[in-house]
Amino acid sequence: MTEIDWSKPRLLAKNIRKNFDDRQVLKGVDLEVYPGQIVALIGSSGSGKSTMLRCLNLVEELSDGQIWLDGDEISRPGINEDEVRANVGLVFQSYNLFAHLSILENVKLALKVVQKKSDREATEIALGWLDRIGLADKANQFPDKLSGGQQQRTAIVRAVALNPKLLLLDEVTSALDPELSGEVLELIRDLKNAGTTIVMATHELGFAREVADWVIFLDQGVIAEEGEAEEFFSRPKTARAKEFLARVI
Amino acid sequence: MSQSDKSEAQLARETWRVSRKRRSTITAILSTLGFAVVAWLLLVNTPGWSRVQTSFFDWDTAVKAFPRVLDGLWLNLRVLVFASISVLVFALLLALLTTLRNPILTPLRLLAKGYIDLFRGLPLIITLYLVGFGIPGLRIEGLGRIAPEILGTIALTLTYSAYVAEVFRAGIESIHPSQRLAARSLGLSYGQSVRLVVLPQAIRKVVPPLMNDFVALQKDVGLISVLGAVDAVRGAQIEVAHFANFTPYIIAGLFFVLLAIPTVRLTDWLAARMAKREQMGTVL
Repeated sequence: MTEIDWSKPRLLAKNIRKNFDDRQVLKGVDLEVYPGQIVALIGSSGSGKSTMLRCLNLVEELSDGQIWLDGDEISRPGINEDEVRANVGLVFQSYNLFAHLSILENVKLALKVVQKKSDREATEIALGWLDRIGLADKANQFPDKLSGGQQQRTAIVRAVALNPKLLLLDEVTSALDPELSGEVLELIRDLKNAGTTIVMATHELGFAREVADWVIFLDQGVIAEEGEAEEFFSRPKTARAKEFLARVI
Repeated sequence: MSQSDKSEAQLARETWRVSRKRRSTITAILSTLGFAVVAWLLLVNTPGWSRVQTSFFDWDTAVKAFPRVLDGLWLNLRVLVFASISVLVFALLLALLTTLRNPILTPLRLLAKGYIDLFRGLPLIITLYLVGFGIPGLRIEGLGRIAPEILGTIALTLTYSAYVAEVFRAGIESIHPSQRLAARSLGLSYGQSVRLVVLPQAIRKVVPPLMNDFVALQKDVGLISVLGAVDAVRGAQIEVAHFANFTPYIIAGLFFVLLAIPTVRLTDWLAARMAKREQMGTVL
């Protein structure tokens, strides 16, 4: 297992705010993620977990706050957002594989279009990743022919193939039954062991406790409590976190 | 499963289903026959039927008018090909313009919207007159005399592009935003995500409605005759005047129907196939 590099943060987010019309979804959230670290965002539905991840990938415009990736401010005006997004992988609960492309073409698309790799090189990288998740023999199948677990693993690999600095996982197992979630969680474990830096919003508290180094408990758009995973789950300090854990576990 | 494996209950059910099916087939045949006989009797018993028969369904006139009408149809087919291609290109461009979100391009978006509103509302026949008599009236230097079939093709393109642009726009908007979101989150630009993710899926979805518009265009190419192009309709008109008999119109009409049937069947088949795939959850 790779160690966390504490010398400088991979991602630094300060005072992230996000309003949808009059509704404040994020009310000033700070985040620090170090290379190789796995951070779990937990909290009830509507607490702002997904919005936070979308803000970090810049697919959602910030209402306030700043974000730095490897010391470079990615929230500054005029930055090439497409380039940033390729460096910050985002995987969705509903997979969102491209329905008209085979899973191989799904993984290849951004490698070719965004990273300008040749078709041969993109194929090689994509097949390598599909092989790693045991789907190389299904490379030419379309997404609808695959199980939810296979689709989600493809979606994760589609983001990881771009070799992003940071991987954001948004409830990636919420649409899957326990057996299929197992396959996806296995892949996340693999990625952790390979040193991938991950921020994941999740309902799988058992899994968060097992793989996450740091847990952030979001409640109504603010961080209600955060801490080392083991510490947080065994000895939550705030009443709100205690209540949440009691209700969920 | 072999016959012997089936239970009494299943065999009884199957026998019942077969008898039901036979009964409904017989009912359908009888009711169709009955309806046809009644309609025929009503028609031939109208007071003017024998006159209509000689002036609309005259075999000799049909044989003599056939070559000229067929010749005219060839012009309709050529207009159809050119109009279809230009409609597809122009309509796709219009549809893309209406989905633009960049504020600098707002004038273009509004222009496209205005264009679509205008030509969807304007009767095709008026567009034909405006283009057919207006463009030559401009007396643009070096353009010379433009053939009426070319002016007709332009008018058809102008009108049909407005309709087809709306079909394309509906297709684009039917693609779930999560597909574009996924594309953007991977670093694809707005243009790339439209071109590589949204459009390929949208176009597949709108094939059946597009075919519908194609069927409509197939018969509307007959309207270029109002500009003086000698197509199937105009050819028939000439023969009608010559023989003082309306049969050539029937010939021209039959040609257009024969032209439409394959397209209509293909459209039905495509729509049914897509519906089936969609029920299987194929098209996201």
